[in-house]
Amino acid sequence: MESLGNIILYFIVAIAIIAFSLLTVTTRKILRSATYLLFVLFATAIIYFQMDYQFLGAVQIAVYAGGIMVLFVFAIMLTQKPGQDADALASHRRWLGLSAALGGVALCGYGLFSYAGFARRVLSSDVDVTMEKIGQFLLSTDKFGYLLPFEAISVLLLACIIGGVVIARRR
Amino acid sequence: MDLTLFMYLIPSLIMFGCGVYGFITRKNMIAIMISLELMLNSVDINFVVFNRYLFPGQMDGMFFSLFAIAIAAAETALVLAIIINVFRIAKNVDINQITKLKF
Repeated sequence: MESLGNIILYFIVAIAIIAFSLLTVTTRKILRSATYLLFVLFATAIIYFQMDYQFLGAVQIAVYAGGIMVLFVFAIMLTQKPGQDADALASHRRWLGLSAALGGVALCGYGLFSYAGFARRVLSSDVDVTMEKIGQFLLSTDKFGYLLPFEAISVLLLACIIGGVVIARRR
Repeated sequence: MDLTLFMYLIPSLIMFGCGVYGFITRKNMIAIMISLELMLNSVDINFVVFNRYLFPGQMDGMFFSLFAIAIAAAETALVLAIIINVFRIAKNVDINQITKLKF
């Protein structure tokens, strides 16, 4: 049995995610689309906090909402005229998109509803995700250690920095 | 009333569907990237929720989400650099009108 506050929070977050995802892909102004995406990312961070993964929620806010959204806003400001609407969609394109999205959602939804014995599980409270444990997992080479992907990510970020500089440099 | 695993998978599924719709219908490259971020984000939610509900003792799903977020950040930075460079050359970021590489 969950506490009432948790349930109310869940419904707020779920409705926010659904509404703002729909608005993100249907609004005609691209800066508004980016703003709605920001709200979706915040709602996702709230889900992470609700799952007791505080570090992941903080990373979500710092990297996604803080870093990526700033990049998006800069790119939009640099490439779009302010207040410009996107062109109206061609109807065959809209039908193609709608059928692909609805088909995928219907298929996955059918799978969820028919095979999901595991989906009735409720949240167990015996979890301790401390910062100390996360650090030890990230830097260990044991069976559940993540040192190799950690180092690979650092090399990837270096490559990304160099690539960004090389691509965006004025020749 | 309990919050089951199911109830977290539904918003994530709808988010993914919205991402697919936007990815197909949008013409602006930045709008396509925004739809892509929606899809990536819904997959992150799935990783975390499955990990927390089915294997609460382990943290593999959380680390997968962590690395997915880092990779998404790197990828977005590069793609936006490419888009700005394309805009500098073609004065446009609509996928219908960038045809200079076709012959």
